[in-house]
Amino acid sequence: MALVLVFSQAITGLLLLFLYSPEMSKAYDSIRVIQNQVIFGKLVRNLHHWGANFLIVIVFLHMLRVFFTGAYGGLRNVNWWIGLGLFLCVVISNFTGYLLPFDQLSYWAITISIGMFDYIPLVGPHIREMIIGGPDVNQSTLSNFYAAHIALIPILLTILLPFHFWRVRKAGGVVLPFKTDKNSEGRTNKVPTDPFLITREVSAALLITALLLLVSVLFNAPLTGSANTGMSPNPAKAPWYFSGLQELLQHFHPTFAVFVIPLFLSVLIVLLPYIKQSHDTDGIWFISAKGRKTGLISAVCALILVPFIIIISENIFQPSLVFPGFPLIITDGLIPFLCLLAFIAGLYVYVNKYQTASRTETVQAVSIFILVSFVVLTIVGYWFRGQGMALCWPWDMTMSEIALTK
Amino acid sequence: METDETKKDRRTLLKLTWTVLGIAAIIEFAVMVVLYLKPRKKRGREEAFGDVITTGHMDDFKKGSVTAFRRGQFYLVRFDDGGFMALSRKCTQLGCSVPWVASEKRFICPCHSSVFNIKGEVLQAPAPRPLDMFSVFIENNIVKVDTKKRIKRDGFSKNQVVYS
Repeated sequence: MALVLVFSQAITGLLLLFLYSPEMSKAYDSIRVIQNQVIFGKLVRNLHHWGANFLIVIVFLHMLRVFFTGAYGGLRNVNWWIGLGLFLCVVISNFTGYLLPFDQLSYWAITISIGMFDYIPLVGPHIREMIIGGPDVNQSTLSNFYAAHIALIPILLTILLPFHFWRVRKAGGVVLPFKTDKNSEGRTNKVPTDPFLITREVSAALLITALLLLVSVLFNAPLTGSANTGMSPNPAKAPWYFSGLQELLQHFHPTFAVFVIPLFLSVLIVLLPYIKQSHDTDGIWFISAKGRKTGLISAVCALILVPFIIIISENIFQPSLVFPGFPLIITDGLIPFLCLLAFIAGLYVYVNKYQTASRTETVQAVSIFILVSFVVLTIVGYWFRGQGMALCWPWDMTMSEIALTK
Repeated sequence: METDETKKDRRTLLKLTWTVLGIAAIIEFAVMVVLYLKPRKKRGREEAFGDVITTGHMDDFKKGSVTAFRRGQFYLVRFDDGGFMALSRKCTQLGCSVPWVASEKRFICPCHSSVFNIKGEVLQAPAPRPLDMFSVFIENNIVKVDTKKRIKRDGFSKNQVVYS
């Protein structure tokens, strides 16, 4: 499915490339021309827009499948890292593409997403200036993003994708569970590729194509007013895959929200193949019945706890007000972070000791907790934040029209 | 005579040389790329931003007023006691542009509702520090603002205000 989308992105991207001009003064108008004056222009742009969003979701789901069926250990560790590289490519390519229409939405989304870099200690501001090529989003930024979007990332994808597939073959195909039948040894049987795999692959490809077409025909990619560098829309939001981070910014000191916590998680994800498995879990979803149970417990935990904390910290309790005089980085950063770590440690001990889960099962339960929390944060950040980033219901949310159309 | 030992030494030396040269080449390449991309910083600036901007005669600004200068991306503030200060319009949280809300006498950021007072101090988080400022100087009663250097600060102090 992901591969089909990559091809679709390449084709629609190429079509858009013929008509797009990467200059600050012309970019927005060229998109309008594509939208309004070119036959099928709107459809091609919609396909490209929705394809990009589908791609992120599908690649992420693929990553989850690999994780929860334990397909990252042993021989497959290199492929886990290549996969992470590919995921990064997809996100960067989506992010750089976000700026290209140069409307209010994209201009300010990139401004605030890039603004997050400022909170990385020491090197942050330099990295930010390097990426956007100046103090603010400007022509250099557009050139950078354009170059990355149409050349750098596609080249990387072309190199990494075949490598990724080749490594799957080297590891002996997709992971297979052991036979459930106690008497027989070895993995479950395989069936011939033709016709069993082929029919499945083709139907998946057709399905995703049909879905993409349907969505692109029904829903238009957003295009707001031309970028106005003097007026931020209210609210200004990062692209949806970063809205979890943005939500985190509402609750933690920025250094923790955009640096410490993401760094922590990334290191865990990268080192995942090194976490020793307590038993062979290849190919079985969530390891065992106990794995499924503890996973469910953590998921429910996160589903209740995260919205609760969001509402509490929004309305009632702000650590900086309780301990006035202390630096913000301690009251809003370190203390909540340590509480979070303590809770995760507690969860680990609980699952491990009281549910007598194995090490792998426990690691998985904790990951599910973190994952669900992140998903909840993303949903809240994207759908439940209205003007001034105050909490509100999705149906009450209105962008200030003036700021967007002017 | 060539023993295994000397052979090994030579091989280690060659290996080491290659590694060092390889790392040097990578560093050179990286530096080249950085330097190649650097000059865009100046080009990328908006016109006139980054220069000294002449805002006008000091009597043109009423006491207790805030005047926006789009060209230089700053607000020229004149306090009730006649002092001047130039505040950047960029919110210190994530870089949205902050409008001056005259009716409330506050800067209110539309992105995440940070609020600043007329001195640029934070009244309401999430902004982590006061609005940045630019240096103001007054020559022959003409107020000029140097937008070359953005001055970050931890709080407001009397000496940030410029008097004629």
